[in-house]
Amino acid sequence: MKRSPPILAAEQLTKHYPLKTAGFSRRSGIVRAVEDVSLTVLSGEVFGLVGESGCGKSTLGRVLLRLEAPTAGQVFFAGRNLGAFGSSQLKKFRREAQIIYQDPYSALNPRQKIGRLIEEPLSIHQVGTRRERLDRVHWLLDIVGLQPDHAQRYPHEFSGGQRQRIVIARALALNPKLLLADEPVSALDVSIQAQILNLLEGLRAEFGLTYIFISHDLSVIEHIADRVAVMYLGRLVEVGPKGKFYNQPIHPYSRALLSAAPIPDPTAQRNRVILTGDVPSAVNPPSGCAFHPRCPERRDICPTKVPTLRQISPGRWVSCHLR
Amino acid sequence: MRETVLEIKGLTTQFRTRRGVVTAVDGVDLTLGRGETLGIVGESGCGKSVTALSILGLLPKPAGKIASGRIFFDGRDLVTLREADLRHIRGNDISMIFQEPMTSLNPVYTVGFQIQEAIRKHRHMNKGASRTEAAKMLGLVGIPEPEMRIDDYPHQMSGGMRQRVMIAMALSCHPQIMIADEPTTALDVTIQAQILDLIGRLKDEIGMSVLLITHDLGVVAEISQRVMVMYAGKVVESANAEELFGNPAHPYTVSLFKSLPKIGGRKGTLEAIPGVVPSLLNLPKGCAFQERCFKAQSRCRQTPPWQEIRPSHRVRCWKPVDQ
Repeated sequence: MKRSPPILAAEQLTKHYPLKTAGFSRRSGIVRAVEDVSLTVLSGEVFGLVGESGCGKSTLGRVLLRLEAPTAGQVFFAGRNLGAFGSSQLKKFRREAQIIYQDPYSALNPRQKIGRLIEEPLSIHQVGTRRERLDRVHWLLDIVGLQPDHAQRYPHEFSGGQRQRIVIARALALNPKLLLADEPVSALDVSIQAQILNLLEGLRAEFGLTYIFISHDLSVIEHIADRVAVMYLGRLVEVGPKGKFYNQPIHPYSRALLSAAPIPDPTAQRNRVILTGDVPSAVNPPSGCAFHPRCPERRDICPTKVPTLRQISPGRWVSCHLR
Repeated sequence: MRETVLEIKGLTTQFRTRRGVVTAVDGVDLTLGRGETLGIVGESGCGKSVTALSILGLLPKPAGKIASGRIFFDGRDLVTLREADLRHIRGNDISMIFQEPMTSLNPVYTVGFQIQEAIRKHRHMNKGASRTEAAKMLGLVGIPEPEMRIDDYPHQMSGGMRQRVMIAMALSCHPQIMIADEPTTALDVTIQAQILDLIGRLKDEIGMSVLLITHDLGVVAEISQRVMVMYAGKVVESANAEELFGNPAHPYTVSLFKSLPKIGGRKGTLEAIPGVVPSLLNLPKGCAFQERCFKAQSRCRQTPPWQEIRPSHRVRCWKPVDQ
């Protein structure tokens, strides 16, 4: 892989939420959504983040873009500490890092026309004259595969796939360098997913974008990502280049996850690792390695000591006592 | 040849909407053999769930109704059956698992109470015996410590456990047929693997037939013997699972497979299906897929034939894809 400078780096990032004590609930505690995560996203790559629901991948994404302040740890964007940014610097950062969410239905204000929705980030950041902004809106509609006259329509006139195109056009309005895509195709029908994945790949090549791509779907991540990071209960358990990861996952959880992914081929031979038990809660994570209650290879050390993410071969990082 | 437990002939289900009558299911034929798993695949709005609801007489009233067709179960036509008789069949002989376990369980009763309710109603057991039976079912679906968890309320359980409670409830009456509508869509892949594994084992143990409804081709390939593909209310292809996945013949099925990112599959641009699923209010004449089809020709404006291209492999197409 060619060497590129890191565009985003996280150091020992942690995000805890106090558990709300609402109504009659007497539960108290802390949700440990993200726990001691360090990672580097290289300029121009697609960094794939996989994990099951509740593992903290969306929270990690939000903290990386400073949509929320971390409880501990730091994020560096192009070498500069986001935590030290003042409001004007942060506003400039917002132009360079944009986010796309899963649900294109709730991401668009139903009472505004498409043109207005895409223009909004440009108006907020006072880019160009009205005329220039409208030209840019038409250009953006074109690059995401929509028509200029769509600017005059409302969101309800569009299908899910088209709405996701609108969301992407809006995210690209300010020429960002980094795009965080949080499950961008999960809400779409199978036949539409491929259209959006192709669009995202094309845009990356054309505009030299960097993506942090969050998904629970291992086949989508394999298709689009250059590197893969697997998250379990707030921690990264494995990070590595895509090819090596999919050929030979190292962490027992990565192995179980890959072997559990259904394959659309009834004749496929497989050695499925069926895990027992449920994903534990982030309020009360298991001691030591959080995966130990479900791990088929558990040893005595696992419940007692938290493993650290170590580099075991060039570019491959694993957090497991046994590797 | 298996003994047939369910046979549907020419099922047409319509909904009255503000913008006109929608034919959600259009002339569906289906047979389900004893001990067989039949997968119905399709994207949102293709009519797969409405087919299931029609079988059980659970269509939302008064908007939806079966316009024509017959559903034979146990020598009787379910379409013309009185509600009281239908209620006896539901649960007793045919039971259903829905996608969202939280909305299908009553939050103010313990899961044990809800399973016992089904057992007492359908199998005429007394309180003590039904409790023992409910605990046994919970154990069977892999809930740890069933004697204790039987007194839990739904909110005290995780999503995967709740889905297993639903399955335990559906199975507690030893139905001949289980209809599973997206039974694992709301679950994580590691839990999904557990549930699919469980459905497969229980099917063999109590010899029931399964009608599996899903949009996920991977899930279908995992456990189905036969597969039907639906598009815009019609069955467009039907074959044995190995045949369908090995030699898909309808251009829609072929395109669907090609548009799917697969682990270990070919890289590069995905072959997306152009366009969107047509509105059921405004279907084109002839084949509903023609506008998105790579093999479309002028003949496609006429109703395509339902032809058998190989033994028990049928396709609704003028020009099926040759392998």
